[in-house]
Amino acid sequence: MKILVCISNVPDTTTKINFSSDNKSLVTTGIQYIINPYDEIALTRALELTEGSGGTVTVINVGEPSTDPTIRKALAIGATDAIRINAAPRDAYFVAQQIAHVAKSGGYDLILAGRESIDYNGSQVAAMIGEILDIPSISICKSLTIDGSNAILEREIEGGKEVLNCPLPLVASATEGMAEPRIPNMRGIMSARTKPLSVVEPVEVPVLTEVMGYDKPKPRGQVNLVDPDKVEDLVNLLHTQAKVI
Amino acid sequence: MSTLVYCENAGGKFKKSTYEVVSYAAEIAHLTNTTLTALSIGDVAESELAALAKFGAAKILNVTNDQLKQFVNMAYAAVIAEAAKAEGAKVVVLSNSFSGKGLAPRIAVKLSAGLVDGAIALPDVSSGFKVRKSAFSGKAFADVDITSEVKVLTLVPNSYKVVEKPQTVSITAFDPKLSENSFAAMVKEIVRAADKISLPEAELVVSAGRGLKGPENWGMIEELADLLGAATACSKPVSDAHWRPHSEHVGQTGISISPNLYIAIGISGAIQHLAGVSSSKNIVVINKDPEAPFFKAADYGIVGDAFDVVPKLIEAIKKFKAANG
Ligand SMILES: Cc1cc2nc3c(=O)[nH]c(=O)nc-3n(C[C@H](O)[C@H](O)[C@H](O)COP(=O)(O)OP(=O)(O)OC[C@H]3O[C@@H](n4cnc5c(N)ncnc54)[C@H](O)[C@@H]3O)c2cc1C
Ligand SMILES: Nc1ncnc2c1ncn2[C@@H]1O[C@H](COP(=O)(O)O)[C@@H](O)[C@H]1O
Repeated sequence: MKILVCISNVPDTTTKINFSSDNKSLVTTGIQYIINPYDEIALTRALELTEGSGGTVTVINVGEPSTDPTIRKALAIGATDAIRINAAPRDAYFVAQQIAHVAKSGGYDLILAGRESIDYNGSQVAAMIGEILDIPSISICKSLTIDGSNAILEREIEGGKEVLNCPLPLVASATEGMAEPRIPNMRGIMSARTKPLSVVEPVEVPVLTEVMGYDKPKPRGQVNLVDPDKVEDLVNLLHTQAKVI
Repeated sequence: MSTLVYCENAGGKFKKSTYEVVSYAAEIAHLTNTTLTALSIGDVAESELAALAKFGAAKILNVTNDQLKQFVNMAYAAVIAEAAKAEGAKVVVLSNSFSGKGLAPRIAVKLSAGLVDGAIALPDVSSGFKVRKSAFSGKAFADVDITSEVKVLTLVPNSYKVVEKPQTVSITAFDPKLSENSFAAMVKEIVRAADKISLPEAELVVSAGRGLKGPENWGMIEELADLLGAATACSKPVSDAHWRPHSEHVGQTGISISPNLYIAIGISGAIQHLAGVSSSKNIVVINKDPEAPFFKAADYGIVGDAFDVVPKLIEAIKKFKAANG
């Protein structure tokens, strides 16, 4: 079994973010980068699926050389090898096209991604790869098991879940529940240094979207504190002021 | 030229989020000088379809193919893209539901269209086509310009009001071409918790954290939620400890929500938690620690023990409901 896991390089979740003076880009100084948490879940599940069965797990990233430490971390967690497509990720369509181009000739049985990257929250790459490769894509999966050449997946739906059966190959995007992310151990960290990381050049892809600017939510006003012995005041405020009940 | 809106149904009925997305698409059609075509797939009664006209649909395409009675991602994406082409649609709009999120990227690729997943406001069409969405998991907003000729959007539930804009409407059967390979993924089973309010669409949410001490204490949280008609949510450590299901986990690594009211009980207000809930219109925090960071991000607060405050709140709401019918 050959699995490809798409890894995106994102600011640590504790990061306070700031934007450049033209508001068009994130100020990256001082930011600690991590593997996108959902991708970590996908990677862990891929490792669980191949352990003992002699499969391989390749991680792939569209990024500049600065993302190499994040890729090495994925190798330390246990991926077999890595591919970096040497380009700044312009938009989801660009990223999906790059990954699909590499995957086309890779003979992967399964392509995994995260449900969304926690920086741009695009929520697009996995299903786009599926469409480009003309194979099924199952979004926001909380469980994935393999039975021969078939996958059984559970995806989230409003108020419940849908259980699906799907022949390989397919693309799935992972959410919580699919696996508990693993922390790299010392042996993993040592071996990651020598695992193969191949760098390939991007193919040409039109860019379809452009971020014109970012801004931050306005801070809320002072909190209105209600006496714990007068909770009926809160109910009144919610009714007359907030008008939500 | 047209704007196309895909109208998702649940068991043959349209949901509030569907009317929101139709109202939103009607306004986009108005802004872009196009007419609005609504597309329905599955088993929806004629009277239910006709109701879409109230929100601005001028034409309804109805797909009733037997193979499409149940949601199949690849096949539905193909049908929606085919309808978009047939209608000469410049903008395709879907709800940002779990199914919508899986469909939109495939439709965008088929139409070589730029996609914004999670629009929270009408596009600014004064120059270009700028769509506002949340970014950095609630820590920021982004204005994204879609530069392709055809554009695809998904609208976040609860971010656009249902607006009535009655139209005379025609309902037309649409018979798409289907390819067998679109049906590779087969749904085996759908499991739904009966009469549970779906969290991403909920207008009111009652959420609790580690301050509740253990899963056995969620009775009062559920009672409060039932009383308000609210969905229940929780912080990450709570779902990690399996006190509550993962589907209730909100925050940077859980789901992002923007209800009208978010009540946080025994939740400290860590940056990762706030990321997923900060776009709620009103936030109430109940916490026994006056220094809890969540109070800085709240509109209303009660400093007190949840085990004392929540039962009192339940009683106060019961009284309020009795008095206000
Ligand atoms: C990579 C990463 C991603 C994360 N993503 C998320 C995420 O998506 N969502 C999320 O929620 N967290 C997330 N976290 C975890 C986050 O940092 C916090 O640890 C978490 O939100 C804390 O949960 P809590 O508020 O329930 O618990 P605590 O921080 O333990 O807070 C409990 C609160 O309850 C109060 N309390 C205790 N007893 C009572 C009582 N009797 N009555 C009233 N109040 C009481 C306490 O004063 C305290 O403020 C993430 C962390 C990391 C590292
Ligand atoms: N630059 C990238 N390189 C590799 N994979 C990516 C990249 N960006 C996004 N992905 C993958 O696509 C998923 C969804 O990302 P997005 O569509 O950007 O929200 C992520 O969880 C990753 O698995």
